[in-house]
Amino acid sequence: MENLTCKLLVIGGGPGGYVCAIRAAQLGIETIIVEERAYGGTCLTVGCIPSKALIHAADEFARLTSYAEGKSALGISAKNPSMDFPKTLAWKDGIVDRLTGGVKGLLKKAGAKAIEGTATFIDGKTVRVESNDASYEIAAENVVIATGSEPVELPFLPFGDTVIDSTGALALPKIPERLAIVGGGYIGLEIGTAYAKLGSDVTIVEAEKRILPQYDVALTKPVLKSLADFGVTVMTETKAKGLASKGLEVEKSDGSAEVVAAERILVTVGRRPRSKGAGIPDLDLTMDRNFIAIDSQCRTSMRGIYAIGDVTGEPMLAHRAMAQGEMVAEIVAGGKREWDKVAIPAVCFTEPEIVTCGLSPEEAKARDIDVITGQFPFTANGRAMTMESEAGFVRVVAREKDHVILGIQAVGRGVAELSAAFALALEMGARLEDIAGTIHAHPTQSEGFLEAALSALGHALHI
Amino acid sequence: MAKVTIKLPDVGEGIAEAELTEWAVKVGDEIQEDDVLGTVMTDKAAVEVPSSVSGKVVWLAGEPGDTLAIGSKFVEIETSDEEAAAAEERMAEKESEEPAESPEKPAESEEPKLDKAEKHAPAAASSKPETSSVPAKPRTTPLASGDRPLASPAVRQRARDAGIDLRLVAGSGPAGRISHADLDAWIAQPQTAGFGSGRPNVQRSDEDVKVIGMRKRIAEKMSISASRIPHITIVEEIDVTDLEALREKLNAQHAKERGKLTILPFLVRAICKAVAEQPGLNATFDDEAGVIHQSGAVHVGIATQTPNGLTVPVVRNAETMSLWDTAGEIVRLAEAARSGKAKREELSGSTISITSLGPLGAIATTPIINHPEVAIVGVNKMAMRPVWDGQDFVPRKIMNLSSSFDHRVIDGWDAAVFVRKLKDLIETPALLFIDA
Repeated sequence: MENLTCKLLVIGGGPGGYVCAIRAAQLGIETIIVEERAYGGTCLTVGCIPSKALIHAADEFARLTSYAEGKSALGISAKNPSMDFPKTLAWKDGIVDRLTGGVKGLLKKAGAKAIEGTATFIDGKTVRVESNDASYEIAAENVVIATGSEPVELPFLPFGDTVIDSTGALALPKIPERLAIVGGGYIGLEIGTAYAKLGSDVTIVEAEKRILPQYDVALTKPVLKSLADFGVTVMTETKAKGLASKGLEVEKSDGSAEVVAAERILVTVGRRPRSKGAGIPDLDLTMDRNFIAIDSQCRTSMRGIYAIGDVTGEPMLAHRAMAQGEMVAEIVAGGKREWDKVAIPAVCFTEPEIVTCGLSPEEAKARDIDVITGQFPFTANGRAMTMESEAGFVRVVAREKDHVILGIQAVGRGVAELSAAFALALEMGARLEDIAGTIHAHPTQSEGFLEAALSALGHALHI
Repeated sequence: MAKVTIKLPDVGEGIAEAELTEWAVKVGDEIQEDDVLGTVMTDKAAVEVPSSVSGKVVWLAGEPGDTLAIGSKFVEIETSDEEAAAAEERMAEKESEEPAESPEKPAESEEPKLDKAEKHAPAAASSKPETSSVPAKPRTTPLASGDRPLASPAVRQRARDAGIDLRLVAGSGPAGRISHADLDAWIAQPQTAGFGSGRPNVQRSDEDVKVIGMRKRIAEKMSISASRIPHITIVEEIDVTDLEALREKLNAQHAKERGKLTILPFLVRAICKAVAEQPGLNATFDDEAGVIHQSGAVHVGIATQTPNGLTVPVVRNAETMSLWDTAGEIVRLAEAARSGKAKREELSGSTISITSLGPLGAIATTPIINHPEVAIVGVNKMAMRPVWDGQDFVPRKIMNLSSSFDHRVIDGWDAAVFVRKLKDLIETPALLFIDA
């Protein structure tokens, strides 16, 4: 048992935790960070990054497949494309390894002490850490809980060989012939689309009336169309009931039961905070349902204990956790910081991608704000045409009285990269006139943003 | 191109130096002839210095607060050769024709511009000149709850570091967006209280205010008065019931055509009467020369609060004035002092002073003598008080006078006699009008 002391102890080495530790160390704070699996957390090891790697591989393969099927309008043909899936996974794992190694390197460079082990609170100021070869008792002035989240398991579909979570879905030994996905949220759709492109026969089972229920119908329409194009079956208002001998037993809205044939069943019905482990319940912190309740400075109900990231609630997004981590580090360093972000952009890497930032027209309406909106379809965008990516649009929502932009949404291939422009516009307090007055490079999809703003002002040029 | 040097003109009565209080121009500005270059302060008044040429400002003599010698280089202006030659000619003319009048000229002929200078003066004293052009207004309508102030992340962070609640800051940008410049202006301005939100005031950062101009004069004068003069202060209770009755009656009859009487003209009259018997109190004491100059005339200084601070305009030859003339003169002088239009001679030469805080008059004060005078009479608040008349408590209007005297030249006895005299005159107002 080794006794350590530090000013800041971070529990969890995901995007929130490691950013917090790096920033704190940069500021000269004696910092220790503890991670029980791999640095980078869900995002780097089993989430954002590996899923995007798989999606990219699937895109490439799907393109070749379509060329081989003689569907290309570009005059490109291919023959018998094939995929060495284990090699694909090895490539993906290589990226993950590089990034997790990179995180450890960054922590070291900044001067934070990184320990691999499992942390348990002894009290609010003391944490025991058990690692493979050593154990520590760490006394810390400040502790940041950044334990993240994990996939929700359905009691009637326990995770195992056949029933898998998103982590399992990113490490399958081979491409399943038939894949059933329970839950039509963004994780299920991203992975489902990828496997459909890789040749799986994919069925999505969603209990609600439609998939991606957090988005409005206009935004999900292009996604639904591409799902259909890739042969994905979408069953809405259908409940998963349990494991059948050769698939998934479901109950449709009319009460009839059916079995969806599937080799694997991916359950993506949500994620829950990891707030039950690490002795967190013993601290008796104020909770918000299963989440740790925090204030605008990420302080919990116990002095000196902060919480950041997925364990603190929605939206469970890596970039939210990172911003919180950075903020907490600066608060611990004595800075005056408070969460004052205007918007947290969210990207759904489906086919095509969906980006949302700020308020949708419905959300603005629900808040009794009079808004004007402008929308520009990619069918009228030159760059989109040249990339065979005409599906989708950019939409801008602005306050009617002063034209301050309140929200921006887009759906279309490659629009994820537009999220930066959207978030910047919102954080800077841009008005429609600011976007309309900014030169957007031609030919790019970003012109859609300009045109949407012009459209809201009533004078779009290219439509 | 030629360079013309504008020198600091003789702005006072034979003074050797003046304090620069504000620049109206900055280096690089294009200016026209007669444009104001800056404002300097003498002992008595702020004087604007105009330019004699048109051209471009290339050099300024110093920073506000600096003391500049009369005749020293004030501003350098780059101008065309013809303009420079013409200017030289004009200056030569001026010097030969009207050397004595020249100092008066800017102040009188440019009266409207003086107004402007007055308005700018407070801003110059409290904020950086380069930011004073940006309005640092507080938001007039509070933000609806939930409405965020519109500002970039960098502005928001700066505000947080400075402890400023952005919801209180008005943005000058479109849709009320708050810029760095808005924040600069907000930080530079003196903070006022919050907007009745029930929250404590936003945390203030420390601020150093340079003591310049009028405030510097006041500080200097007060130091001299308080450090050189050993004060003796006497507080006496005056029953003004009868005086108030008389005043009400006179006002009821004559206020319309002659103007309203306050208690001050009566007090001036009482002082005139009292010092007629005690000329040693209506005097100035030149302590360096060791001479007490007893004044024949009674020039009563009336301490007056102005936007720039305390000034003491003077009712000259008060002993020759009727009650209403005195009242009118006090009103006129107070107006002139407040608007900055009081002439130099109206602000100097008093032989005895009155200080009154009006309704804020308190029970007693310790007035500071207006050096080199030897006496000052302070008026305190009037209130209805129960007074024992031998049989009963009766309601009487009671007002205290707090008067200070230069104890070097006025003994306590003489001071007490003077105060007693004032009390007698005011309590029996008929005595004010009888030459006994």
